Amino acid sequence: MGDFEPVIVAFCCHYCAYTAADMAGSMRLNYPSNVNIVRVPCSGKIDVKHILRALQNGADGVYVAGCLEGDCHFKNGNVKAARRVAYAKKLLDEIGIGGDRVEMVTMSAGMGERFARTATDITEKIRALGPNPVKNALAKKRQS
Amino acid sequence: MITAERKPMEEILEFVRPYSRILLVGCNECVTVCAAGGRKEVGILSAGLQMALMKEGKTLDVKEVTLERQCDPEYVEELVTYIDQADIILSMACGCGVQEIARRYKEKPVYPALNTKFMGASERQGIWAERCQGCGDCLLGITGGICPIARCSKRIMNGPCGGSTQGKCEISSDVDCVWQLIWDRLKALGMENRYEDIMAAKDWRSSRDGGPRKIIREDLAE
Ligand code: SF4
Ligand code: SF4
Repeated sequence: MGDFEPVIVAFCCHYCAYTAADMAGSMRLNYPSNVNIVRVPCSGKIDVKHILRALQNGADGVYVAGCLEGDCHFKNGNVKAARRVAYAKKLLDEIGIGGDRVEMVTMSAGMGERFARTATDITEKIRALGPNPVKNALAKKRQS
Repeated sequence: MITAERKPMEEILEFVRPYSRILLVGCNECVTVCAAGGRKEVGILSAGLQMALMKEGKTLDVKEVTLERQCDPEYVEELVTYIDQADIILSMACGCGVQEIARRYKEKPVYPALNTKFMGASERQGIWAERCQGCGDCLLGITGGICPIARCSKRIMNGPCGGSTQGKCEISSDVDCVWQLIWDRLKALGMENRYEDIMAAKDWRSSRDGGPRKIIREDLAE
């Protein structure tokens, strides 16, 4: 497992985390290339289904990054996203994949540093958890 | 609407484990509104089941279909194109939909993915509460539009009972005493005198006590 490089999908809100990622870039901050950013118009756009599908297709971890509490561009999309993440966690625990592969995080557009730190922290956490248990089956399916 | 909730994943997994191809069928009506068995929930359950089985080293083929209504034969007929490719049908409709599928597709086992709960209304986003038990002889006209059959824990017809405390039912401080609600409403309407009328014992034959019920509309029935 030493050479395990986790695949992380980060659903990033256009108004905060996605801009924060840009900011991290212009600040020349390093963050792991494991993180695959998917820009979304609001974290509230993300449904449980998107999180599950990402994992089903081989992601080892998923996080949703929305605006700081009270700062959502669409009023409360981030609150809704947090609830959906909580639902996904419960379901993932129920089926033995593990809810700790999924997180909700918040930041503002100016927090380049927080973006880079979050990306690093989550990558390390997932690395410690090991590969998503569905990966073996996926590899077999792809071979056949 | 008819409300429902998804069964625990393990129970559903028990249904599907022996099979490799399932037809997962949602319904666009009540269970979509109560977020239990609409297109979105079909997608979530499908992903959850597939992942659970992948983890066990198996693969599960899931065909996802959400019908306009699962309790109507003309919509259930649409499944005919998919049925041959499935070992079983897993229904995300209320019990009526599950049974309609069982009636139409006799050669395939059908399993319910939901627990059907009650006829209710949405109190607010994400919260549904029981409102009617389909007693077949509606009393709402004399109870101020509030149902004591569905909403009184003891189904008392001339309440409240002695357990009513500060507007709450004795079973829990989270449950309103429906007879308090009825009284408040009658008072607001200036119809307190109605409260004094003793309601006669209800003839429950119009309800489930009379056996399974059916409505026949001669002007419509073919
Ligand atoms: S009185 Fe009967 S029909 Fe009317 S709401 Fe109550 S249970 Fe339903
Ligand atoms: S407290 Fe009210 S709602 Fe509860 S059982 Fe008594 S009359 Fe019914």
